[in-house]
This record gives sequence, C-alpha cells and structure tokens, in this order.
Amino acid sequence: MIKIDENKCVGCGRCVDICPGNLFFLEKSCVKMRDVRDCWGCCACVKICPAKAICYQLAADLGGTGAKLFAEDSPQKLTWQILKTNGEKIILEVDKARANKF
Amino acid sequence: MMENYSTDVLIIGGGAAGLFAAIRLSEMKPDLKIIVVDKADIRRSGCLAAGVNALNAYIGAGHTPEDYVAYALKDAHGIADKNLLLTMAKKLNSVTAKIEQLGLVIFKDENNNYVTRGWRNVKINGENIKPILAAAVKNFPNVKIFNHVNVAEFLRDGDKILGAYGFSTRKKIFYNFAAKTTLIATGGASGIYLPNHAGGSRHQIWYSPFNTGAGYAMGIRAGAEMTTFEMRFIALRCKDTIAPTGTLAQGVKAEQINSFGEFYQKNYGNTTSERVYAVTAENLAGRAPCYLKTVGITFAQEKDLLNAYLNMAPAQTLRWIETEQLPKNFNVEICGTEPYIIGGHTAAGYWVNVNRQTTLKNLFAIGDVAGGCPQKYVTGAFAEAEIAAEKIIAQIDEIETPARKDFDVAEFEKFFANEEFFSVDDLENAMQSTMDEYAGGLTQNYRFNEQQLNLAAKNIQRLENLSEKLRAADMYDLLKIFELRERLTVAKVLIEHLRARRETRWAGFAQNLDYPNRDEKFNCFVNSVTSDGATKIIFRELEND
Ligand SMILES: Cc1cc2nc3c(=O)[nH]c(=O)nc-3n(C[C@H](O)[C@H](O)[C@H](O)COP(=O)(O)OP(=O)(O)OC[C@H]3O[C@@H](n4cnc5c(N)ncnc54)[C@H](O)[C@@H]3O)c2cc1C
Ligand code: SF4
Ligand code: SF4
Repeated sequence: MIKIDENKCVGCGRCVDICPGNLFFLEKSCVKMRDVRDCWGCCACVKICPAKAICYQLAADLGGTGAKLFAEDSPQKLTWQILKTNGEKIILEVDKARANKF
Repeated sequence: MMENYSTDVLIIGGGAAGLFAAIRLSEMKPDLKIIVVDKADIRRSGCLAAGVNALNAYIGAGHTPEDYVAYALKDAHGIADKNLLLTMAKKLNSVTAKIEQLGLVIFKDENNNYVTRGWRNVKINGENIKPILAAAVKNFPNVKIFNHVNVAEFLRDGDKILGAYGFSTRKKIFYNFAAKTTLIATGGASGIYLPNHAGGSRHQIWYSPFNTGAGYAMGIRAGAEMTTFEMRFIALRCKDTIAPTGTLAQGVKAEQINSFGEFYQKNYGNTTSERVYAVTAENLAGRAPCYLKTVGITFAQEKDLLNAYLNMAPAQTLRWIETEQLPKNFNVEICGTEPYIIGGHTAAGYWVNVNRQTTLKNLFAIGDVAGGCPQKYVTGAFAEAEIAAEKIIAQIDEIETPARKDFDVAEFEKFFANEEFFSVDDLENAMQSTMDEYAGGLTQNYRFNEQQLNLAAKNIQRLENLSEKLRAADMYDLLKIFELRERLTVAKVLIEHLRARRETRWAGFAQNLDYPNRDEKFNCFVNSVTSDGATKIIFRELEND
C-alpha cells in the first residue's frame, strides 16, 4: 500500500495522471487516495512524485514491519531508498543501461 | 457533455499489444488516422506498470518457431491452436529486435548476442518498457491518444463493429468513436475470484487489478465467439507479495522444496499447470509450506536478485530487506494465486483466425484478450499486434467510414439517478466469494463439481440483476460499476465453460470433481457464443494433427 505525506505534497498532480488504477484525486491542491486497499503496489506514483511525498509500505498482512520504500528517478538511474523503522537507510541503485542478470 | 470522433483505426487499450499495433500501423501507413483509448495513462497502464523482468517468448539459437509451437502445445496439454502459435512464434525474434531499437536494454554477451535464460527467455532491464512504448507512439502525429477514457461498449450494426463508446474517468464527458476498423487490446480479467489477501491488501495480486475483462465482456455482449475460458490461469508466486517466481526458478535455478526438505516436483511433471498442481498436492498432503530453494546462492546472485525484483515487483525486494530474510539464507515461500482469465498465458479469449480477426466484422483482438494462442507474454502480444496491423492495412481502403451512430447516454446516466443501495464493494465481495466457493477458487484448491457450478451461476445472475441498481456519485464510481459488471459477465461465461469441459485437463488450474480424469473426448476447443444473455457452447475440433 502507499502512504502520502500531505505536508510534502506540492499538488502537482503527476501521481493522479500516472496511477494505472485512477486511485488519486486532488483536493485543495493536496493529493488524496480513494481507497488504499485498491493499490496494486506498482510504485509508478512513488517513482514519479517530485517531492518524495509518496512511499510504498508492505501492509501488515504481507509481512510488513513499517519500513518505507521511496524512489528517485533520473534518465540514467533509478535510486531506491528503504527507510527501516530503526532509522537504518538502505540505498539500491539500478543503472538503467544495465540489464538484469536474471 | 458528448464528444464525437471518427477515425480509420480505433485501438481500445494502450498496453503492450495496443501500443505496438499503433507503432506498426503508423510505420506502414503514416497518414492512417489512429485513435488509442486507455482507461489510465499509457505511460504506466496495464500489466506492465511496474516493468517487465524478461522477454518470456523468444526463439534462442539452435531452435525454430516450430519448437516453440511444440512446447506451447505440450504445456497447454493439447488445447491450443497450432496455426495461431506458429504465426506468432515466427515473429518473436523480429519484435524483440524492434523493442530493443525503441530503447529497451537487453543483456548481450561479448559477441553482441542476446543472453538467454533457457532457450525461450531474453534477459533485459524492463522497468521502463511502458514509458518507452508510449514515447514511441507519441512520435507519430497521426495517432491521437485519449488517456483516462474508459471504453464501455462497441458501436455496432448487427455483427458489424462500427467503433466504440465510453466515458472519462474524471469529468462527466461521454465519448463516441466511430471507426472503420476496431482493435480490442484491453488485456485479461482479474478480480473475479477471491484474491490471496481478501482484506487490506486485496489488490496485492499478480495480474493487474485494473484489467477487469472489459474487452471480453464487450465481445460477449456483442455476440463474439469466445474460446477456452475454462483454462484459467493460476500463477505460482512468492507468498505474500505475489511477485513472479520465474526469476528465481530460471534465473538462479531454484527448485521447489517442501517443509520436509524433499524436492518433490519431479513427481508431478513440468508443465505450467503441473507445477501449480505440485504445490497444491503437497499442501494437501500435509507437507506445507512449499518453497523455492534459494539458500546457498552467492552474495552476487542475491544482489542481482534484489535489483531484478525492483525492476518488476518492488514489494518483494522490500520484503526481503525489511524482514531481514534474504534469499541467500532463507528459502522463498511460494503459493498459487486466485484464478485469472488471460489469453497471454493460457488459451482463453476471443476466437480469432490467423490474422487475429474475431467473429465480428471489422474487429481484431490481440494480446491477453485474444484466445487460442497461449505462452504469448509480452513479445507474443507484440507479434499479434504486427499480424493484425498488417491485415488491417491490407484491407482498410475497402472499408467505408461508418456514419455516426449515437448511443443512449441513459445507459450511464441511470446509475447517477439510482437511490443509495448496496455498494460496488458489497457486490464484488459477493461475486468473489461465490466464485471462490462454488467455481473452484483458491480456498477450494481449485476444485468444484457440477452442483456447485449451478449454485454459482444462480448467484452470479442475482448479482448481475442487483448491479443494475448501483449508485454512482461521480465518474470514478461509474468506472467501478462498469468494472464489476464486466467481471460478472465474464464469470457467467466462465461457469458455462467449466461446466462444458466434463473432464480434468489441467489439474493445477481446475479440478472437476465429477470428472477427475482427462478424457480424450475433450481433445477439442470449448467455445461459446452468448445472445440475449444465454450462452451457447460450441465444441470445435483441434486442427493440430
Ligand atoms: C505483473 C506482471 C508481470 C509480467 N512479467 C512479464 C515478463 O517478465 N515477461 C513477459 O514476457 N511477460 C510478462 N507479463 C505478461 C505481459 O505483461 C502481458 O502478456 C502483456 O502485457 C499483454 O499485453 P496486453 O496489451 O494484452 O495487456 P496490457 O499490457 O495489460 O494492456 C491492456 C491495456 O488496456 C487498458 N484497458 C483495459 N480496459 C480498458 C477499457 N475498458 N477502456 C480503455 N482501456 C482499457 C489497460 O489500462 C491497459 O493499458 C507480465 C504480466 C504481469 C501482470
Ligand atoms: S503504487 Fe501503483 S496502483 Fe498503487 S497508488 Fe501508486 S500508482 Fe496507483
Ligand atoms: S506527485 Fe507527489 S507532489 Fe505531486 S500531487 Fe502527487 S503526491 Fe503531491
């Protein structure tokens, strides 16, 4: 499921456009989710948000512990960031010019 | 408000198949007027929103398209069309070269040859496959794209398709698209059965929860012939995240192992449905849970796995890291999913000829919505897109532009006028529970009998009647109502197909407890045509000998 940080949202509407399920809408220049249970977890919104206002979290029924997954997209690489509940931060960089080994 | 458009080719669904068709058509005839309509944004719509992990259909060195046909027929236990498979297989490698040209990164060796996984898979970095396709389509000035427009119904005159109509998912705008030729590419259907996680994570499923069977439902209502719905697809997936397992099985050669430490799969065979059956059978025999054995992989392999999953199913990477149960040290638990209807994996969908023409005039079907041709995956969807595009170009000049045909907006407006009633969620839960309990869902280990199917049919009919009375407050509500009604239509036809195949052909996908064995009498296609709400079954010969 995704979580929105309303304090960080700048109301640009990019997530509203990109979600394959039409799950977001803007209300008073802040984004809202219609029903968080309908999120597929594709992370398209996480990648496109310019303000890092959206993160993906594993729900409790998926084994989640509260960690947050953020992403930063650029033409060369996709940088994923995992913030664990103990404050630990893990960065995973995926070079777009490199194919998966598997 | 109403907007009217007229075009040469209307493409419904801007996913892998629809966008590739738009590209091929534009290359062949740059002045062809094309409209692409998608319910979401083509940059991330459909199955491949998160990305694609490998190209699953390819003819590797030393193999031929005929080998692919033989493999796919065997995997489908005989129920597939050889000619559809062969026409697709012949194009797999050229479409692979083309998507590389468009910008997809493919793994190559020092001699510039693709690195394959087995002989049928090509390794790639496919996170951005949808943005790549969308950008390529936007380069063609003859293509007009409508994002966030949900197509609801064909415009037709008898069995002749004249375009389609639908509505904006955001504003009260209705659209009428008249077209010489229509191409349906809306993908398959999920959400008919109770999913793995019925509560808060109800959409953490494998197939796109937003592919709701619109194309099937529209075709069924228009009287198109459908094939092999009873061959449902059950995916073998990572427990909880429902992420794909092919990367583990083929990438690091992880084998299935039960909680007793036994490698059991050899006892069950190795077709897709047999691999699913193996897990169900082991679970029922008390040897659960089942895993893919990843313990013992190298550190470097683990690192590559974490990256590979980020490019396709990021939840799995997050799960490994946050639970600190990394695959090098912990085996990955696996499970079967709820059943889906998908022509890209099984043979379910529109009955089409080798040109991908449906039984309705001027209507083509490609990708997951088209039947008869399993093991298509993304490159097979591309191949079908090219096949259809080439036929469309060959005949488009002979087709007249249809006169404008209006539809009755009351079909939509009535939902805004309805009183408060059951919610879409209420009816969706009822549909999914009914299908699960009586039509061989996940909790029933994919088993059913005829008595149960009769009950399922009754319940689905009741829910369909109730769905007339649902209330919409805005356009998103209207979308949800239409999605539910599409699923109910597909469910109804699916039940008839399950009833008609009085045997058990693919034990992993469905077990008919009244007829638990394979019966050679059913070496045939189970097809159907629906008219006035009644579904008639037609048995068609296989032409594979
Ligand atoms: C999670 C996942 C991972 C996969 N990984 C791989 C892989 O690694 N390798 C591989 O080869 N294959 C993979 N596949 C299979 C592959 O994605 C499909 O075979 C392919 O996308 C099928 O193309 P399609 O165009 O038929 O469907 P899609 O690509 O899903 O496109 C359907 C489109 O129709 C639109 N649509 C639906 N209903 C309507 C409507 N009523 N009105 C307007 N638009 C509508 C949708 O928004 C969507 O854009 C994967 C599939 C999934 C679900
Ligand atoms: S993760 Fe995907 S489905 Fe979920 S809200 Fe974001 S874009 Fe929509
Ligand atoms: S993309 Fe980010 S900043 Fe823009 S509206 Fe969505 S949440 Fe707000």
